[in-house]
Amino acid sequence: MPALTVNGKVHQVTVDPRTPLLWVLRDTIGLTGTKYGCGVAQCGACTVHIDGVATRSCQVPLSQVTGNKKIVTVEGLATNGVLNKVQRAWLAQDVPQCGYCQSGMIMAAVALLKDKPKPTDADIDAAMTNICRCGTYQQVRAAIHEAAKA
Amino acid sequence: MTTKTNAHAKPVRRRSVMAGAAAAGGGFTFGFNVPFFGAHAQAAAPEINAWVVIRPDDKVVIRIARSEMGQGTETGLAQLVAEELECDWSKVTTEYPTPTQNLARQRIWRNFSTGGSRGVRESNEYVRQGGAAARDMLVRAAAAEWKVKPEECSVDKGVITHKATNRKLTYGKVAAAAAKLDPPKEIKLKDPKDWKIAGKPLKRLDTLDKLTGKQIYGIDLRLPGMLTATIKDAPVFGAKVVSFDADRVKSMPGVKGVVKVGDTAVAVIAETYWTARNALAALPVVWEETANSKVSSATIAATLKEGLDAAEAFVGNKAGDAKAAIAGAAKKIEAVYSYPYQHHVTMEPMNATALFTPDKCEVWCPTQNGEAALAATADASGLPAAKCEVYKMLLGGGFGRRGRTDYVRQAVLIAKQMPGVPIKLIWSREEDMTHCQYHPVTMCKLVGGLNDKGDLVGLHVRISGQSILSSVLPQNLVNGMDPVQFQGFAASGVEAAYGYNVPNLLVDHAMRNPHVPPGFWRGVNTNQNAVYMECFMDELAAAAGQDPLEFRRKMLKPKWLAVLNAAAAKAGYGKPLPKGHFHGIAQIMGYGSYVAGVAEVSVSDAGVLKIHKITAATDCGHVVNPAQIERQVAGSFVYGLTALLYGEITIKDGAVEQTNFDSYNMMRIDEMPKVETVLVPSGGFWGGVGEPTIAVAAPAVLNAIAKATGKRIRSLPLMHHDLKKA
Repeated sequence: MPALTVNGKVHQVTVDPRTPLLWVLRDTIGLTGTKYGCGVAQCGACTVHIDGVATRSCQVPLSQVTGNKKIVTVEGLATNGVLNKVQRAWLAQDVPQCGYCQSGMIMAAVALLKDKPKPTDADIDAAMTNICRCGTYQQVRAAIHEAAKA
Repeated sequence: MTTKTNAHAKPVRRRSVMAGAAAAGGGFTFGFNVPFFGAHAQAAAPEINAWVVIRPDDKVVIRIARSEMGQGTETGLAQLVAEELECDWSKVTTEYPTPTQNLARQRIWRNFSTGGSRGVRESNEYVRQGGAAARDMLVRAAAAEWKVKPEECSVDKGVITHKATNRKLTYGKVAAAAAKLDPPKEIKLKDPKDWKIAGKPLKRLDTLDKLTGKQIYGIDLRLPGMLTATIKDAPVFGAKVVSFDADRVKSMPGVKGVVKVGDTAVAVIAETYWTARNALAALPVVWEETANSKVSSATIAATLKEGLDAAEAFVGNKAGDAKAAIAGAAKKIEAVYSYPYQHHVTMEPMNATALFTPDKCEVWCPTQNGEAALAATADASGLPAAKCEVYKMLLGGGFGRRGRTDYVRQAVLIAKQMPGVPIKLIWSREEDMTHCQYHPVTMCKLVGGLNDKGDLVGLHVRISGQSILSSVLPQNLVNGMDPVQFQGFAASGVEAAYGYNVPNLLVDHAMRNPHVPPGFWRGVNTNQNAVYMECFMDELAAAAGQDPLEFRRKMLKPKWLAVLNAAAAKAGYGKPLPKGHFHGIAQIMGYGSYVAGVAEVSVSDAGVLKIHKITAATDCGHVVNPAQIERQVAGSFVYGLTALLYGEITIKDGAVEQTNFDSYNMMRIDEMPKVETVLVPSGGFWGGVGEPTIAVAAPAVLNAIAKATGKRIRSLPLMHHDLKKA
């Protein structure tokens, strides 16, 4: 039975190996923090980390991520109940409006800061291609800069 | 009866105890509580009145009737109640009453509808009265316990003090006694200048769970035994299903049902969304051919173009004799503008979960209008409303789309075909993109006459195109005319009045209604009306050889002018800008507020546009939370600028051509201008904030582009235009 490692926990999953990781997370494992927005890797609402790389899970079939791959979702960012510095910056900046895109935004920001601990505005522009329809971009930018100082 | 929960739905951190009020019978929900029919109090606490519940531990539960969809109404309305209640803000949580409870209690919470930026502006008075009445009852209860006069007691942050004897009681200690008292006969509300909680830039109440994945939206709901459905409605709106071949997919693993939904749609029910989606994609469906199958964007444009010069039109605003004044003017200026269909694209696709039995029907859904969702549930289920219940889930965006109930109705019609099984209907993004109620399409011909001094002596604004009310709320038409069409052009009124003094004015509308369903889209008709009027105002100023701001200043009425002046001053309008940067301005009144914007843009030699900054001023009368208003203003610009840059839904063979974000692009962070918000509340009225500013973004940018390039863009979106300098 294929094993899927999500947030440090191993899950035995029996669904069709072509099923996108997004729907395995949401419907099979029950982690609904990762959102469906488009299904075609355009909006970024489904962003998770696969071995530390921000990836749009709607376009990743289960078969590609079983075995040794380590998946982290938004539910796995806080450790022992302590929020990640990006989540803390998001809280301080009061970023979310409806909040639906924010899981993906936060996962993208965490990956950006790992890659570039002090990102410039241009770095943020290049890395943060997630869509937010409420229009939280100004707050997202402020929160990333705040997290970079933490 | 809260046993029907499951491990996933059971919240880790409850923001409000389910069904806190025994008096109301349960079913309250906010955040990620997942309530059930007949659920009753887990921890009974007395309801002081419909708006306020206080628990023995001093926690304050404030009831919110409007839907939270990101706009912050939950926090803003709670601030207003808490202000009058004089409670401790750190102890405040919120919950939704359900529409059925509202029905049972003679609409004690009044209107649930959440659109038109009306959350705060239309309910501020009665929710403040709710808070003030509760405070009065709590103080009287304490006074009675101490056997002193209520006037001798004071209250601060939920602690009542009798100074003379230095005794103190908290709200939680007297709540049970207060709940038994009669409400006060007279309620005096505070002067806003004395506010301590309202008017302050407080953080939202609902942020934490949105950062950790715990927040449950409608699409995340999981119920025991639940199945998932997905749907395909007629590509050509309204076309009936002729046939579908269920046998081709019903034996696929995980598929539980293939059902017709109404006359026009087919759905697959399966164990998971992915299974349902794949089966639906493989399902052959034939729809009837209709006359609408021949409609295209080109045929719609031809119809609208004809309306620009049609003899008959509804008159929305008239002063003097515009046509005669223009005929006799020293200079005549004419231009035709157009604005295409727009899609809301809430990030959370349409969804609703329904559980039908012959005795009751329950629906869990993100909705901007709980009462309309209840009416749709009752209608589709065939049950009386009292036997139906709608649990409002947090919305992953609304923008007007979720004021409609098509997806709720569909979910009930599906669930009805599988009684006893909860079924979650999820639309694919493709279904969502092609089955919206779109921001309608219009064109506008403007003709202005200037005298020899460059004064505007006559103006005719002819709008041609689609009416929203004629489709959505035909009962609100006035002798066939759609008054909403004239947002920002109205002769008078507190909603969306025209700000210019023009001696001879005619604003009229030739209604032309294509088959594409229209709907309310953030800002509604202020969007295109502001583009039409404010861009043409710059064209008139140019023809008069005058600065656009000075030209407007001669004509604007005081409140409109004050806001435009505030934006211009903050932006440094008229002062030197960096090389290659240009300012454009725009103003409008909408949703009871006065707004203006100054856009700073540059256009490279290659024609690449950069919107550097927009400075926006708002006079909404009273400010309830300046930090959240700033977020609404910046957010509205993302929405308005996305439409300006990319927004265009096109029609081919009667159907929408765009299917997803790859064919309907959205503005990302790299195109986000810096937004500076200026609040200039002048008091004495209550205006909205979620929508008004959206309208000034596009015309302000277009006016700046005209200055930068010499090109006057009169149709959206910009992606179709070459911005290389003329």
